[in-house]
Amino acid sequence: MISSPEHLVIAPVLIPFIAGVLLLFFDDRSRKLKASVSVLSTVALLVVSIVLLRITHTGGNTNEGSIAVYLLGNWPPPFAINLVLDRLSAMMLVLTATLALPTLIFSLARWQKAGIHFHTLFLLLLMGLNGAFLTGDLFNLFVFFEVMLAASYGLVLHGSGLLRVKAGLHYIAINLVASLLFLIGVALIYGVTGTLNMADLALRIQQIDEANRTMLESGAAVLSVAFLIKAGMWPLSFWLPATYAAAPAPSAAIFAIMSKVGIYVLLRLSLLFSGGASDFAENLWVQILLYGGLATISFGTVGVLASQTLGRFAGFSVLISSGTLLASTGLSQTGVTAGALFYLVSSTLAISALFMLIELIERGQNMAASVLAVTMEAFGYHDEEMENEEIVGVAIPRTIAVLGTSFAACAILLAGLPPLSGFVAKFVILNALFSPDESGQVHSIPATSWWFLVLLVFSGLATLIAMSRSGIRAFWAPPVDTALPRVLLIEIVPVAALLCMTLILTLQAGPVMRFMEATATGLHTPQPYMEGVMKTSGMVLPPVETTE
Amino acid sequence: MELILSLGIGILAGSGVWLLLRPRTYQVIIGLGLLSYAVNLFIFSVGRLVTDSPPVTQTAVQTTAQAGTQIDPAAFADPVPQALVLTAIVIGFATTALFLVILLASRGLTGTDHVDGKEPDR
Repeated sequence: MISSPEHLVIAPVLIPFIAGVLLLFFDDRSRKLKASVSVLSTVALLVVSIVLLRITHTGGNTNEGSIAVYLLGNWPPPFAINLVLDRLSAMMLVLTATLALPTLIFSLARWQKAGIHFHTLFLLLLMGLNGAFLTGDLFNLFVFFEVMLAASYGLVLHGSGLLRVKAGLHYIAINLVASLLFLIGVALIYGVTGTLNMADLALRIQQIDEANRTMLESGAAVLSVAFLIKAGMWPLSFWLPATYAAAPAPSAAIFAIMSKVGIYVLLRLSLLFSGGASDFAENLWVQILLYGGLATISFGTVGVLASQTLGRFAGFSVLISSGTLLASTGLSQTGVTAGALFYLVSSTLAISALFMLIELIERGQNMAASVLAVTMEAFGYHDEEMENEEIVGVAIPRTIAVLGTSFAACAILLAGLPPLSGFVAKFVILNALFSPDESGQVHSIPATSWWFLVLLVFSGLATLIAMSRSGIRAFWAPPVDTALPRVLLIEIVPVAALLCMTLILTLQAGPVMRFMEATATGLHTPQPYMEGVMKTSGMVLPPVETTE
Repeated sequence: MELILSLGIGILAGSGVWLLLRPRTYQVIIGLGLLSYAVNLFIFSVGRLVTDSPPVTQTAVQTTAQAGTQIDPAAFADPVPQALVLTAIVIGFATTALFLVILLASRGLTGTDHVDGKEPDR
């Protein structure tokens, strides 16, 4: 429990909500006002998130971090709808705000003018994201999911156009079905346990008798399908690349974290409901996550190699990132989870920067020409004129130099090459997977770990190949009719800022990893979380053996 | 009553899924509507089907207490699924309305009501 600014926990939901609704009252012509209000509230969001992160990590009586519980309406738990802030939620809040600020600044240059109510939709999306990360109640999670999705429907369609409407139609239909599955799952779980509070659920699940267990498990299965659709696990992921490629650049950049919401919920719920049981890794559910994650990485790898435009390439990169995280969740070891969390932050920042960068690069290009170029290359055709050209030194314009450097940084990050944080993340995951236990026993390494290693490294290689190909096309050998992209300073600075964040992440890898390890330990031993939530209710917790 | 309700949910869900997989946008939205009815009925039914039990209100609790019997929570209708269903109906209504707008926009832009935005080659 925190004593001082108790109400700060709800601020990440309230700030964007109030600002977003307020902006509805203003006409879209008062653009400066709208922009400044939303930038200010996003800055406030970032500050609040960082304060909350400090509270969870070093707050509490013993300075070992604390779990803050905010009871809405001050009803006693488990009846109250509660907001629970622990290390993982605080980390996700900070990540959301860190992505939101550059994305918003990027959109000020052009995209906010492309349609109406951009800022309101953007802020409501942030509200939904923050709420989903904070809530400790299953049905409340559904509500925040819907807020997030409703705003995202608007953002996909922002700027309109045939491509967006077509992709948006599929996206909305799929997500409506996913929401219905979510409801069925929640209803089944409520029917068996009689509660929707996550911590209370985790306690009651252990006491469910054999007769009702099937019902509970089918409920959990239906529920997780909804999250797997969101996270983009193969074969539930075909909507993702098309939608992300069609969405306007700032929307796609903030969508990079939306697929991570699914991962977040899966990580939280599966570890919370397992109650830290030791035989969890043999569970069928965990196996599905592992194999599904591996299949997703493979699908993403093939997709990355096959994509002809950069937008689709970035969409498939999201899938590779999702697959890696799903498989790491499926491996269910504390060390791997810590590495996966680091990977989550690093890859989200990189993909978000990439989406914005792509829009800047493609601005000067003729879309059809670049698709044709890739296809011609694939079939072995060469441009005859190119070879007859005189070889002269070409002065590289400054814009191209900056864009090219950022693009190379993205490639290094996504492929997982040293020196940037993508490498650190993959190294930590694999190191945890193949190093012996703390007890010093050398355990046999299962075949799935080897598969994971191979796929992870190979997906990095495929990313590198695809990005080098597009990079050469875009920067060194552009099609003849390419104009120099006109890039404003406030468009390139956000991209550079996101990439600098990954640089800081690399330089500060030590402290960051310590935080991630504390987070992962907290996830794998959920008892303090459950106790923190249930404390004020006077309920006696059954003794649960804590196992690592 | 259980049989009728489960048959009703089953028929709604079955028709909903079938319509959802059809190629016309109008069929898809009707399918989504039927599915959400099925889901709403389903949520309602997880509060257990009981007849003649009062809702948890102050007067109902007082009447039971005055009758001298001990207050048994199972004698009251479960209020939580009712609240959930209400929320689900509102959210479902809003998102379906939004989907309808996209559907019309798609019809206007592509000139066809096929979900892929173009007629399949025959």
